[in-house]
Amino acid sequence: MTQPLEILPSRAASIAEVGKAGGAVRCGKVSVAGSVSQRACVFCGSRVVLYPIADALHIVHGPIGCAAYTWDIRGAQSSGPQLFRNSFSTDLQELDVIYGGEKKLERALLELIAKHQPKAAFVYGTCIVGLIGDDVAAVCKRVSAATGLSVLPVASEGFKGTKKDGYKAACEALYQLIGTGDTTGISPLSINLMGDFNIAGESWVIREYLERMGIQVVATITGDGRVDAIRRCHGAKLNLVQCSGSMTHLAKKMEQEHGIPFKRVSFFGIEDMSAALYEVAKFFGGEELMEKARAVVRDEVGKIYPQLRAWREDLKGKKAAVYVGGAFKAFSLVRALRTLGMRTAVVGTQTGDADDYDTLREMCDPGTIIVDDSNPIELAKFCLEQDVDLFIGGVKERPIAYKLGIGFCDHNHERKECLAGFVGMVNFGREVHASVCSPVWQFVPRRADRTRNAELETRNAGGRSLLAGDPTIASELAPTLRKTEDVA
Amino acid sequence: MSCSKCSPFAVPSSEFTPAEHPEFPSGSTNPCKLCTPLGACLAFKGIAGTVPLLHGSQGCATYIRRYLISHFREPIDIASTNFSEDSAVFGGRKNLHTALDNVGRQYRPALVGIATTCLSETMGENMPMLIGEYRGESRDLPTAAERPELVHVSTPSFKGTHAEGFHAAVRSLVGTLAGTAAPETRNPKPETGKAPLALFPGMVSPADLRHLRDFCAAWGETTITLVPDYAETLDGPSWAEFVRTPVGGTTVDELRALDRATAALEFGHSLATAPATAGTHLNSRFSVPLHRLGLPIGVRANDAFCAAMEAATGREMPARIAAERGRLIDSYVDAHKYLAGKKAVVYGEDDLVAGLAVFIAETGITPVLVASGERNRRLADAIHAAAPELRGRIEVREGSDFGDIETRIEELNPDLLLGSSKGYKLARSLNVPLVRCGFPVHDRLGAQRLQLLGYAGTQQLFDRIVNALLEAKQEHSDIGYAYL
Repeated sequence: MTQPLEILPSRAASIAEVGKAGGAVRCGKVSVAGSVSQRACVFCGSRVVLYPIADALHIVHGPIGCAAYTWDIRGAQSSGPQLFRNSFSTDLQELDVIYGGEKKLERALLELIAKHQPKAAFVYGTCIVGLIGDDVAAVCKRVSAATGLSVLPVASEGFKGTKKDGYKAACEALYQLIGTGDTTGISPLSINLMGDFNIAGESWVIREYLERMGIQVVATITGDGRVDAIRRCHGAKLNLVQCSGSMTHLAKKMEQEHGIPFKRVSFFGIEDMSAALYEVAKFFGGEELMEKARAVVRDEVGKIYPQLRAWREDLKGKKAAVYVGGAFKAFSLVRALRTLGMRTAVVGTQTGDADDYDTLREMCDPGTIIVDDSNPIELAKFCLEQDVDLFIGGVKERPIAYKLGIGFCDHNHERKECLAGFVGMVNFGREVHASVCSPVWQFVPRRADRTRNAELETRNAGGRSLLAGDPTIASELAPTLRKTEDVA
Repeated sequence: MSCSKCSPFAVPSSEFTPAEHPEFPSGSTNPCKLCTPLGACLAFKGIAGTVPLLHGSQGCATYIRRYLISHFREPIDIASTNFSEDSAVFGGRKNLHTALDNVGRQYRPALVGIATTCLSETMGENMPMLIGEYRGESRDLPTAAERPELVHVSTPSFKGTHAEGFHAAVRSLVGTLAGTAAPETRNPKPETGKAPLALFPGMVSPADLRHLRDFCAAWGETTITLVPDYAETLDGPSWAEFVRTPVGGTTVDELRALDRATAALEFGHSLATAPATAGTHLNSRFSVPLHRLGLPIGVRANDAFCAAMEAATGREMPARIAAERGRLIDSYVDAHKYLAGKKAVVYGEDDLVAGLAVFIAETGITPVLVASGERNRRLADAIHAAAPELRGRIEVREGSDFGDIETRIEELNPDLLLGSSKGYKLARSLNVPLVRCGFPVHDRLGAQRLQLLGYAGTQQLFDRIVNALLEAKQEHSDIGYAYL
C-alpha cells in the first residue's frame, strides 16, 4: 500500500480489538463531522420503523429529497394493501419555506386521504420543518377532526439527534394508536411480533412457526403492518421484540401502561431462532408447549442441516466482516457465521451501546476488530488488515467489499432475500457460499496479484506445484476446483 | 458569440404547459426528480481527487450515497458536516471546519466540493464567509501546499431539482477556478501548446463521457476538457489496493485553464436558454466562443453538434463519424415501419427528455407526453424549437411526477416508456416495455455503460428501443414467430 490508512484521532476510542487491553468502545455519540459516517438521520430512523404499515398514508413534510430517497426501496412486503409503496411529499418550495408549509400540508393530507382512503396517516417532519416552525401537530389535529382518521405527527427532524431518536419518535407515533381497538377474541397464548419488518416475507415465516406452536400473533409491528391490528395489540400477552434498538422503547411503554412483558429475541440463525421459540414456550409455560417448540426446531433444523453441512465444508476457516445497523443483528450474524464454519474478524454497528460492545467482545475470537459508527476508510482498512473473504452489510458497504475483491451479503432493509428463520438460514448460507466461493475472485487484482506472487515464490523455491506449495491458495481455489470436478 | 447552427434554442415562445396536478396540487406523488444536493455531489464526483461535502444533517449524505451507489455500483464517499440541534441553533461554522479538517486528513483531496442543504440554506449560513475563515486560519493539517481547493455551491433542496443542482455545481467549479492559474503556468498543455476545447456534457453516463472524448479526438481535438468527467471515477476497474479518491476526473489545473479555451460546447436543450451557466460564464467573462446545443441524441442534434465542432476546430466531419452517421440513418430506414405510429411517454430531467423527444420524433415515434420534474418554464420551447413538427401534437408537463403522469396515461395509451427505472411500476401496470435510460437505473446492471450520445450512442439506444417494441409484439403474439 502506498500510504497507510490512518484512523482519525477523534475516532480512535470507538475502535477496539478483542483480547487486547483497552477501555469501553466509545459509542452512542453524534458522528464526527467529515468522518463519512455510514449512519443516516432521525428521519431515517422513523421512516424505517413505520414504513411497512401497509394501509397507512405516509407523507413526508419537506423538500422532495427525503421522500424521493425512501420511495419503494425496501423489501418489506404486504399481504394486502400496497399504499405504503408510494412516495407522498409536500415537496416544499422556496415560497413555502418563507411563508410556512402548514396550509400546503393540510391540503395535501385532505386530498390524499380522500383519494386513497387510508386507515391512518403518518406525517414525517424533516429538517426544514424544525426550522420554519410549522405546527405539524396542529395540522394533524385539524385534519383528524375533519376526516375522523388518526393523523399522527412524527417528530423526525433530521438534525435533532441520531437514528435512534428517530426510532423513538416512531414509537411515540405508534403508541398513539395502541389501545384504541377492540381486544375481544384474543387468545391467552398470544404475542405481538415487534421489530420485524417482513423483509421478503420474514414475518410470515416467523408467524407460521409460532402458529404451529398454537400461539396467536395479534399484530406484526410493523412488518406487513395494519393499523387496526396495531390498535388492538395491547390485548396480546407478550411482546416479542426483534431489532431491539428500534422497538424497545415501545415495548417498555406497553409494559408500563398495559402490563405486557417483553422479550428481546432474534430470528437470524439457527441458534437465535430456536432460542426465540423456546423463550416463548418458557414464557407461557407447560411441557406441552415446550415440546411443540422442540418439534418445530427439530423439523426445521432437520430439513436444512445437510445443506448447511455441505456449505460448511467449503466455508470452513473463512473470515467475515460484519457492519450493520443494530447490535442484536450483529450478535446473530456472529453466531450464524460460526454455524457456517466462518470466523467474524471485524464487527461493527451504527447504533450499538456499551453493553452491546461488551457482549461482542465476549462472543468474538481474539484479534477481532470491534467498531462503532465506522466509515468507508476504516472499514476498508480493517477488511484489508484482517484479509476477510466476506462482508455483511448494506448497499452503502457493498462497493467497499466489491472494489477490494471481497464477497458480500446484503443484510439490510433493501434486500429482497428472506434471511430470518430456519429457511432464512439456508438462504443466508446460499448467499454467503455463492459469493465467497464464486470463481470471479481469481481475476480481481488484489487476489490475482497474490496468486501471482505466490506462484513466483513457488517457482523460486524450486518449482513445486502451485496448489501443493501454498495451502492458502489451495483452500481458496478448492471450491472452484471441486465445481470443475463435479462437471467432469 | 454563438454559432448560427445552434441558435434555434434561443427562439422564445409562449407555449408552455405546466403540470396542473389535478389530483395533487399540494404535493408530490412518486417524484420524477431528486433534490439539488444530489446533482451537486454527482458533478463533484467528476473532478479529480474531489470529495463532496454536504453542509447539513448526516442523513442527506447517506441517502444520496446509497441512491448514487445503487445506480453506478461504485464507491461514492460523501462527507457531511453532521448538524446537531446545537449547530442548527448556533450555526454550523465549527462543524464545517471540523469536517474540512477530517476530510483533509482522511482523503487528502485535491478539492472539496461543498454543497449546502435545505437545513443550512434555511438557517442562512454565510458560506463564503465560513469558507474564507477556514482558508485564513492556520489549520494543523494539511500544510498550505497540500490544502485542497474549496468550491462552494448553493443547493437549497426547496429550489430546483437534482439536474439544476448538477448544473449549479458545474457553474461554481468553473466560476471559482477558471482563470486562476498562475501566469507562469498559464499554458495548460505545454507539451502541445494547445488551448483546450471545453465541453459541458450535462448529466450523462460514464460511457457517454468516454464516447464524447473519442468523438472529439476523431476531430483531431486532443485537448478536450470535459466538466465534469466521471467517466473513470464512477465506472472504474477493481482495485489492487485501497483508493482514497478514484482515479480520473477533470483536474483542478484543467479547470483553471478554461479561460483560455478555444471554444465551449454546452449540452442541454433546456439549459441552452438558462441565464447563467458554466458556458455563459466563460463566454461573458473570458470571451470564449460558446455553442449551446441540445444533448446530441439523434441525427439532427448530432448534426448540430458536428456543425459546432466544425466551427470550433475548422475541420470537417471526420470519415469515422460520417460512417457512424450513415449507419444510424440506415438503421432508421430498416426500422421505420416498426416505429410508425408508435407513442411514447418520456420522463426525467428536462434536458434528457427534450433530447429524447427530439430524437424519437425523427424516427417516427411520437412522444405523446414529455414530463420533467423541473419547473423552469423552458422545456416546451426547447422541444418545439428543436423539433418544430411536434408543436401542437404533444403534451409537455413540467413540475411533473408519476402521480401526475398516471392521470394522463390511460387516455394517451402509450406503446413505450422511456426513462429511469422509477417508471417500471407504471410500465408493468400498462404491460408496455420500458426502455431504461438516464438516472436512476436501480433495477439493471450497467447503468453507467448505457449510451445515448453521438451517432454511435444513439445507435445503441435506437436498437434497444426498436427491439423492445419487437419483443413486446412477439411476446403478445399467439403464434410467436422467431423470424420477424
